[in-house]
Amino acid sequence: MRKILLTLLFLLFGTSANADGHCGIPSGSINILANDFPALRTFVETAKGCKGSADFKVTHSSEHNKIAVPALTANPSEFSARIAANSSIVPLMNQDLIRPLDDLVKKYGKGIQDSQLITIDGKVMAVAFMANTQHLYYREDVLKELGIAVPKTYEEVVIASEAIRASGKMQHPYAAAYKAGWNLAEEFVNMYIGHGGEFFEPGTAKPSVNNAKGIATLNMLKKLASLSNPDYLTHDSEAIKVEWESGNVALMTLWASRSGTLLDDDGDPKITAATKLTGPATVGGGNIPAATLWWDGFTLAKNRSDKDAEASFIALAHAASNKKMVADAADQAVWLVEGFKPGPKSIGVIEAVKMGAKPYPMLPQMGLMHGALGSEIVEFLQGKESAEQALKDVEAAYTSKAKEQGFL
Amino acid sequence: MPNKTFFWFFLPTGLAMILFIGLPIISTGIQSFYAQHDQIVKEVKKCDPFGCKVSIVVDQEETSKLREAKPLGKFNGFGTYVDRNHLAFDEISKFWKETNSTGEFIDQVTNLPFYKALIFTLTYCLFVTPNVLFLGFIIALSLNAISRKIRGPLIFGTILPMIVTPLVGSLVLFWMIDAKGIIGANLQFLMDDPYLSLKSSKTLTWITIIIYGIWHHSPFAFVVFYAALQTVPQEPVEAAIIDGASRFQRVRHIVLPHIYPVVTFVALISLMDNFRVFEPIIGFSAEGSAQSLSWLIYDNLVNEEVILFGSAAATSIMTIIGIAILLTPVLIRTWREFKTVR
Repeated sequence: MRKILLTLLFLLFGTSANADGHCGIPSGSINILANDFPALRTFVETAKGCKGSADFKVTHSSEHNKIAVPALTANPSEFSARIAANSSIVPLMNQDLIRPLDDLVKKYGKGIQDSQLITIDGKVMAVAFMANTQHLYYREDVLKELGIAVPKTYEEVVIASEAIRASGKMQHPYAAAYKAGWNLAEEFVNMYIGHGGEFFEPGTAKPSVNNAKGIATLNMLKKLASLSNPDYLTHDSEAIKVEWESGNVALMTLWASRSGTLLDDDGDPKITAATKLTGPATVGGGNIPAATLWWDGFTLAKNRSDKDAEASFIALAHAASNKKMVADAADQAVWLVEGFKPGPKSIGVIEAVKMGAKPYPMLPQMGLMHGALGSEIVEFLQGKESAEQALKDVEAAYTSKAKEQGFL
Repeated sequence: MPNKTFFWFFLPTGLAMILFIGLPIISTGIQSFYAQHDQIVKEVKKCDPFGCKVSIVVDQEETSKLREAKPLGKFNGFGTYVDRNHLAFDEISKFWKETNSTGEFIDQVTNLPFYKALIFTLTYCLFVTPNVLFLGFIIALSLNAISRKIRGPLIFGTILPMIVTPLVGSLVLFWMIDAKGIIGANLQFLMDDPYLSLKSSKTLTWITIIIYGIWHHSPFAFVVFYAALQTVPQEPVEAAIIDGASRFQRVRHIVLPHIYPVVTFVALISLMDNFRVFEPIIGFSAEGSAQSLSWLIYDNLVNEEVILFGSAAATSIMTIIGIAILLTPVLIRTWREFKTVR
């Protein structure tokens, strides 16, 4: 009897929770493509809560970048919505695969703040809901024991790491996602921007990374790599997270969005308790951090019926303006949604914004530059090539790809 | 088989081959001669949560007009084939003029992506194929000589590497050679070098991938050789034993000549397979140290947020040509034998 009562109560509660999100979507089908990390899962779950009688499907994949363009090019496209970021919205814009959202925002976007709207040429192309960046994590116990202050610049990170290594506590005290390809290129972008570098000659798509700032960037990356696990060229964010949780690392540059999984109850409680967050480091005497700011937001596919677009927008806008979600999941991300109160896990992003970090460049040809960086600077890190040669290779590889794509 | 029967017998296969292999190759060939239209960009104001900025975007109206007029893109001829990311003729002639020694010249050329990939692919082929043939033959001979009772389970064990999905097989080895894995850590201990990493050294990565390739492909050679060994006639072998031929002499003068056509077949197939080496590079996350031609194609299609169809198509066509060149000696030989038999 008690069981039945409990079930009934649960059902009642369940329906009331559903009724709470009465977004009144009568029909249509929603299919979302998104990256795979906890905050995005929470976001999509919240959107699902108001699906009404619409079909609801979602694909979470860390390979989302590879799927997105082909899947949205098809007509009708496989996905009705795509959770994108500064960099991944660019190929969608280049190929004209996403639709302007102005009408839908006017009609259904009551709770969305103006600051969340990504406008390009006056048209709303995406609605952002969280911010992200890479910043420093440190092991308070290790630093305290050795009397090292929390590093504020990458030069200090190097000195601190060398001291930790010299103490014999850890062989490879530093970690960052240096996996050859996208991750490594991202670290270069951060460090180069920290040095005040520009990727292209002003107003053109001509590359300009082969300069003193580029060389300084590469040398700093190499210095840091020599303090990392020797397998660093195969380590992505997930791999260095595992290194951290095994207690092999005391200083780390990692995405803010990963702090949640780093500080959860899994793993050694001593390490978790000693894991502290701080803002991104600066480099080379610069005053802006060697980090880029990212937003995550949703976009809607162009090659899909208006009905599906409307249904998707209502559900996603419900999540992008959901005060309950940002209160419940305050430690999963830095939400850009109204009502968000930053907690201790948001320090990294908030510090980055305060220090004047620049957003990742949203340029049509940036993807090609990122790709060229990811493969051409590897040989320099392996010690097979000079920094000048590596940067010359980057420019040459970029130039021939940009020519094929019609940018030059 | 009369020619007419052969024709009807072959027709369904032939049609499927034209549809699923012939036409895609032709379409790839056509694509390789085209590049994207010139991008028409315009300056616009972009706003995001971090502020507003004037920057450029692709002008969709103008671009779609161009695309409608010429959907294939801009005709580029052999432009993609000879650019820096492929055959790089201009760069090579520049290096030739600018460098002082042959060594320096070779360094510069092998630094170009296509040649870098070609060298790895050829090295892989040259080391893996003969070793696969040799190892497969030795295993087949030994298993053939073993008591029938335990042969079944042994054969099953031997072909396991082929059953295991390539990606899974390489991942298992990848974790074992990690600096903290069982092989990696023991090597560090044996060499007394805590910074030794199989994954960060280019040479060691190549060796690992080649050993993996031999491990993965040998069972195929073994299975075919083992089947062929069953057809070796017993009379000449017994006669040779009576004449006092050693085991090695019997293999050298009776078994090998008998199964020779099969050896050619296995060599052909392994060469083709090895030239397309791809999975181990992904499985070992070895993109940094080892790139193959197939990996270049994959990289052009998925690794960039912008898909480079022209580049990928050009590399594909050159891979096909490469396989054809590699197979020519074997094919010529087979053709000559075929003619003498007739």
